[in-house]
Amino acid sequence: MKGFLSGLLRLRRGPWELLASCLIGLGVFMLMQPFVLWAFTWSFLVTLTGTVMFIITSHFPE
Amino acid sequence: MADTPIDRLARATPSSLARRVRGLSDRAIAWVFVTPTILLLLAINIFPLIWTVRLSFTNFAANKPNAEVKWVGLRNYTRILTDPDIWQTMQATAHFLFWTLLFQVVIGFSLAWLINRKFRGNDLLTTLIVLPMMLSPAVVGNFWTFLYEPQIGLFNYAVEFFTGIPASSFSMLGSVTLAPWSIVIADTWMWTPFVMLICLAGLRSIPDYIYEAAEVDRASKWRQFWTMTVPMVLPFLMLAVLFRGIENFKMFDLVVQLTGGGPGSTTLLTSIELKREAFEKWRTGYSSAYAIILFVTVFGLASIYVKALNKVKER
Repeated sequence: MKGFLSGLLRLRRGPWELLASCLIGLGVFMLMQPFVLWAFTWSFLVTLTGTVMFIITSHFPE
Repeated sequence: MADTPIDRLARATPSSLARRVRGLSDRAIAWVFVTPTILLLLAINIFPLIWTVRLSFTNFAANKPNAEVKWVGLRNYTRILTDPDIWQTMQATAHFLFWTLLFQVVIGFSLAWLINRKFRGNDLLTTLIVLPMMLSPAVVGNFWTFLYEPQIGLFNYAVEFFTGIPASSFSMLGSVTLAPWSIVIADTWMWTPFVMLICLAGLRSIPDYIYEAAEVDRASKWRQFWTMTVPMVLPFLMLAVLFRGIENFKMFDLVVQLTGGGPGSTTLLTSIELKREAFEKWRTGYSSAYAIILFVTVFGLASIYVKALNKVKER
């Protein structure tokens, strides 16, 4: 956990990509879940944030 | 010596042009070859994408080209993302996607595992198994419509034979609970061979000496399967899941032929709904926003997946 946080602070690719992947996964789950409509409403914003973050952070140093 | 077409072309090239080409660096020549492809990609992929993004913020209707186009901001997006009917189509797509991928991976891998053994008629059996994926989805849809007929369909009689439920007592395509499963079964039947072929390529790429070494070390068949076969086939399997996942997210033809999205909207997948919005209701701006939402979802998932695939390959 400490390594993950320091990676985030030092703008390292691994932890940032992991964070972006989690956001994309969460967004897709929110889009397709059958439980609450508000999650569906906010899903696109979460997925878009994750996707843009993934594109940017994949250019960070290892 | 024979006069080849290249010699004739070289002679026909004007000397000024020939001198200029001879002076180009390797990098410049590479650009000369790559540029037409890049231009084509820009024209048929990137430009329509940018144009769709632009349209998604307007009320443009393609059947009214002379009507005034108004900038509506995020209204199309908010309407889509607060619409319970669109939410329903997403759930129908999720059901279809999850079960088809699960069945295709399990059955495809099992078939590949069986076919990989050496026996008589192996090649003939492989050819027979891959036949469904060579058919047109429209033909498969029509074919399964007949199979699912409650009165004359073979599928209902097979169910009756195995379970005792009378064949004419249920309709796969007419029932709200059974229709989503009918499209899962038809798609699994059609595309399992594709997953099987990819898994078979993975299984055949594992050298025999690895298994021979495991035999010498007295590793059980079960252990060989989990610690050697599965990890070595995993990149191939992940590739198959990526291809099928993206294809099934866009599934249209087979489902339209089978159920047309019905009964009600139980099999109304996102691509069918998108087509209705775009080309039946002619709400081009609205459907562009819908397409962008689907594009971002698939793009995001594919990005993670390609990353995971590369990591598995590196291991």
